Amino acid sequence: MNRKLPIHVFLVLGAFWMLLPFFWMVTTSLKTQMDALRFPPSIFPHALMFVNYLEAFKQVDFSRYFLNTIIMTLGTTVLVFITSALAAYAFARLRFWGRDLLFTLFLAMMMVPIPVYLAPSYVILSRLGWIDTFLALIIPWSVNVFSIFLLRQHFKTLPQELFDAARIDGLNHLQILTRIVVPLSKAVLVTIGIFQIVSNWNAFLWPLIVTHSDAMRTIQTGLAYFTQAESTNYPLLCAAATFTTAPLIILYFFVQRQIMESYARTGIKE
Amino acid sequence: MRRRQDLSGYLFILPALAIIILFRFYPILQAVRMSFYKWGMAGPLYTVGLKNFERLFIDTKFYQSLGNTFWYVVFAVPLTIIFSILFAQMLNQKIPGRGFYRTIYYLPVVTSIVAISVVWKWIFNPDRGVFNALFGIFGIEGLKWLNDSRGIIEILLAPLGITASGFFSGPSIALCALIIMAVWHNTGYCLIIALAGLQNVPEQYYEAARIDGAGPWKTFRHVTLPLISPTIFYLMITQSIFAFNTFTPIYVMTQPPGGPLGTTNLVVFYLYEQAFRLWNLGYANAIAFVIFTIIFILTQFQKRFIERRVHYE
Repeated sequence: MNRKLPIHVFLVLGAFWMLLPFFWMVTTSLKTQMDALRFPPSIFPHALMFVNYLEAFKQVDFSRYFLNTIIMTLGTTVLVFITSALAAYAFARLRFWGRDLLFTLFLAMMMVPIPVYLAPSYVILSRLGWIDTFLALIIPWSVNVFSIFLLRQHFKTLPQELFDAARIDGLNHLQILTRIVVPLSKAVLVTIGIFQIVSNWNAFLWPLIVTHSDAMRTIQTGLAYFTQAESTNYPLLCAAATFTTAPLIILYFFVQRQIMESYARTGIKE
Repeated sequence: MRRRQDLSGYLFILPALAIIILFRFYPILQAVRMSFYKWGMAGPLYTVGLKNFERLFIDTKFYQSLGNTFWYVVFAVPLTIIFSILFAQMLNQKIPGRGFYRTIYYLPVVTSIVAISVVWKWIFNPDRGVFNALFGIFGIEGLKWLNDSRGIIEILLAPLGITASGFFSGPSIALCALIIMAVWHNTGYCLIIALAGLQNVPEQYYEAARIDGAGPWKTFRHVTLPLISPTIFYLMITQSIFAFNTFTPIYVMTQPPGGPLGTTNLVVFYLYEQAFRLWNLGYANAIAFVIFTIIFILTQFQKRFIERRVHYE
């Protein structure tokens, strides 16, 4: 027991360090501005100003930003499911000329870092007239090569007899995919879905570039805009930071294992 | 016998392929083409040949951003990995509350960088921030943090009468503030990967070390470390690439963005500024080309290493 005491001390200190910004975010969000500007600062608020949340929410159009983010997340996630399941099925189970070459090309696209895409994508999107629309937020991200890769790996592990039996029953490939393969791939699909939700919710650079108007702002670009508008009102900023991160943190407490796994497998987002 | 071809395969990959061609493959070609143009959003296009690259060569702000990025990666990545291995090592034993600690340490990973940047900016506030308040408790004079452009090597060498300047002054205090935040943000992710690496070390090795009378440090140095070195290498490369792509904290936290005196201007932010604030899209692509080359070299290292590992096993 004694031998382990230093370990406990370090772990507790580490936990304090990790939680400090979260604690400071929440405690500041409940202070009055006067209270927040006290120095040295008080650890707890003197009065609980829950009204800060309402005020921050009203000050800029956060309900719109939430809605936009939900539309973007749903759109990309559904499309990623469709494009990945179809492509992964073809790569894993169908035989056609150029299949492996195409798959290698798909994988090679993962090597190009995102900054390289920014300027040319902007030009392409503006030629399509998609700038400042949901199309620009959703369509370029409606394929995720790593999701294809994960699903392909999984589809390959399914027994051949399953497919033979389905063929004998007269199912075509699309029916096999939707009726047999997808129900057997729930775990992988959940991993992909969670990854999509987290990365869409936290997406910043792309929405910043491809949207301009206030009506098209997402949670993160909206929060950044709010930060510039209210640069010194820290209680309001912290309230906004709290309610924009809360949905993901709540999700995290429910599906912690899956989140850790999907990040470990897909590499970190952004 | 020739195997039957499934032509429906083409139909199945068509949606993915169409998007990849239009939004992954074509932009790369476009990027190469654009880097030879003076390309603004309005006005005529000029072919400028290699002018964008020539300009890159003499652009001191670009060099400064590369230098800043170098310091950022060189400090943030090893610190993150050291902390994560330290904590992973502590969590890789029967300790009450293991799951709890893991949950807490991982929490920053799922939090958006915009939100945590807002909070950390407040923590680093020179007049009202938590850090300077903590310093005050110990009687240490507070720092200007995000407003301080002095390099830390410059500060450390000053008492010795050596003046370091430019690149050699090291990361500025402001950049160090961003490094501290990055370490905080990424430790949890690396910790989970490191923990998985540690759990793969067979128990017999530790027993053998114990029988040989090796203490905790010797066991770690001669048993654990060599066995998890592939994990460490993997983390080094992926975290370097990740750190190289840092953009958001600079946008949200620094004032003016990339300041003070350009000491937090990282290369991806510089690209953004050139492309989307100054609309020098052609020039931005020349910068993108450099970023691509550096990241490509890093990924090649990773591939080589993984291939070699496979050979050994």
